[in-house]
Amino acid sequence: MIRLLLAGTLLFAWMSACAGAAEINIGYLRRTDPKSTLSLVQTPAKDDGIAGARLAIDDNNTTGRFLNQQFSLEDAPLAGDANAVTATIALAERGVSLVVADLPAGELLNAADAGSPRKVLFFNVGATDDRLREEDCRANVIHAAPTRSMLADALAQYLVWKQWRRWFLVVGSHAEDKLYGDALRRSAKRFGARIVEDKVFEDTGGARRTDSGVVQIQRQLPVFTQGAPAYDVLVAADESEVFASYLPYRTWEPRPVAGSAGLVPTSWDASHDQWGAVQLQDRFMKQFSRRMTARDMQAWTAVRMIGESASRTGSTDPKAMLDFLKGPDFALAAFKGQRLTLRDWNLQLRQPILLSDGKMIVSVSPQEGFLHQVSELDTLGIDRPETQCRLK
Amino acid sequence: MTPTTSIRGFPRQRRFHFTPTRHCLLGLGVFALVGTQASAFTAYVSNEKSNTVSIIDTDKFTVVNTIKVGQRPRGIELTKDGKFVLVAVGDDDTIQVIDVRTHEIVATLPSGPDPELFTQDQTGKILYVANENDNTVTIIDLDRRVPLGEVQVGVEPEGMGLSPDGKILVATSETTNMAHFIDTETRRIVANILVDARPRFAEFKRDGSEVWVSSEIGGTVSVIDPVKHEMKKKITFDIPGLRKEAIQAVGINITKDGKTGFVALGPANRIAVINAATHEVQKYLLVGQRVWHMAFTPDEKYLLTTNGVSNDVSIIDVANLKVTKTIQVGELPWGIAISQQ
Repeated sequence: MIRLLLAGTLLFAWMSACAGAAEINIGYLRRTDPKSTLSLVQTPAKDDGIAGARLAIDDNNTTGRFLNQQFSLEDAPLAGDANAVTATIALAERGVSLVVADLPAGELLNAADAGSPRKVLFFNVGATDDRLREEDCRANVIHAAPTRSMLADALAQYLVWKQWRRWFLVVGSHAEDKLYGDALRRSAKRFGARIVEDKVFEDTGGARRTDSGVVQIQRQLPVFTQGAPAYDVLVAADESEVFASYLPYRTWEPRPVAGSAGLVPTSWDASHDQWGAVQLQDRFMKQFSRRMTARDMQAWTAVRMIGESASRTGSTDPKAMLDFLKGPDFALAAFKGQRLTLRDWNLQLRQPILLSDGKMIVSVSPQEGFLHQVSELDTLGIDRPETQCRLK
Repeated sequence: MTPTTSIRGFPRQRRFHFTPTRHCLLGLGVFALVGTQASAFTAYVSNEKSNTVSIIDTDKFTVVNTIKVGQRPRGIELTKDGKFVLVAVGDDDTIQVIDVRTHEIVATLPSGPDPELFTQDQTGKILYVANENDNTVTIIDLDRRVPLGEVQVGVEPEGMGLSPDGKILVATSETTNMAHFIDTETRRIVANILVDARPRFAEFKRDGSEVWVSSEIGGTVSVIDPVKHEMKKKITFDIPGLRKEAIQAVGINITKDGKTGFVALGPANRIAVINAATHEVQKYLLVGQRVWHMAFTPDEKYLLTTNGVSNDVSIIDVANLKVTKTIQVGELPWGIAISQQ
């Protein structure tokens, strides 16, 4: 600890000595309320998300060293009743005009509206809600996180390619589960899959860890999935971590599971090693002694977007950065095999989506053959002609 | 194993340039196999997935041998004296030395972690290695096989190009998106030039007037004046029917006369032929899938390309700009080097 403090002091002294370096301080707004998961190995680390941002700060500073730009991160954790609006105003008053936000949709909107008159530019790294890119889109919120519709489309393209067109859909009873369920229904229709059975899994409460373990689950799940018409794959929408991870190997019919368990569409996975990703995975592991999650990657991507616009424009002004990111010259390399760019109509980052079974990457969407007149990445999610977003 | 009893192994204590008769004798048999025709050269292809090096006779254009090497072989070159093939085996954190006569691995070099691409100085005495995993360029004395030093560069260094006079080394860093110009004498960075996303390869013209840097994700080639450290031109590619995302510039080769450049375009499955004076694209040649790197035969009659996804090597007739043949090699071929003899 002392060594860390000393290192910190030295670093600070060194930074202060670097007179004239352009300083880019990035705020990081996040909820710290604990989230429990069905699988113990998927319990998020305390620094889930922000660890990715910290790594990107280091990567930006390696570049910044050559360009006389210095990046730093200011963590603004929110627990319990703490308010994102108050935190945004506090950050803005300290001169922070770039904020990475890992917040639920409603809170993000409030923070964005409070930040708007104060010229704060937000990077959403947590909320997958389509409405933030559609009817509730904001001109000062860039989205590094993919949407539910992008994730659902990525999965649907693969399932259709695999000729698993008959889906048994099971949706949780919470609001976000329903949103994911709606996204999956939309994808099925879009890519020619058929939902032959559509069921709700009611959350009746209860603990996720019990001493009696899986004895009952192994009896409940086969019964729950019994009696469905013939189907190829069970697709589950369970963002609330109530049932999906219980499904594999327990369905009445021997069928694969996808969606919130089994084959999962995600922006990142600890097993992803293509396109130079090993380098990033190694750097992350070395620094944080754990594997990199999708949230870490989304935060890394957001901070790298800031780094890219700072190095390309030579500016630290949020307006100049936004203009650059929206423009044709922006292209981010993020270990996904192709450039990531921004949809200028709703500020959503275009990105390939990985399909992971938790241990390996099974495939990467968009799938071959799903064509588009602008970018194949726009076959994922709500496209320009359908958008309800009107940026002001 | 001591040097005196070693027959197969490259003796660790011995200097790199050596003329033991035993090696020559042992090599003779294999040499006969490879073919002794004067016009035949030998191409060495690193197969990233199968952990092998395929050896191709460029007279018959057939694979004559396959050597097992370490894990994830990528960057590959011959030593200047033509006696050894150096292959970076990234997952083993070393560069292996293959004797061209015996096809045996005879030594390893202290390359630093995760070596990918490297380049030698004109005398063949110094090797510059990009270490992707720790943001450094390692400098190695090839004779003594010891590291001489390292230079800190940007995040994930990869491409390495040395100016013809050996004075300037250009290292590209993939996540920092820069070409770093390093003075090889002082081993200090003298200039940094921002290029498009994920720069992967740097190649000088023989007269030293330009250095070309390819950007894989950006899909462009930056032509840089290495003296003024200024961007002269950015070459872009436009292939009808292909999305921008599929055009990913990787390997670069420029003819000795400096008139024609060839750029491998990765998943676009094409080689762009460029008028190196005007920097205009003249033609696109369709090769195998995900084309990575290229090498000329010494007479520049042929250009060989490694096609990662289709597991083959395409042969381009340079004078006629036509793809004439495809050779199956190992899995995911990546790098290629051709002997000068």
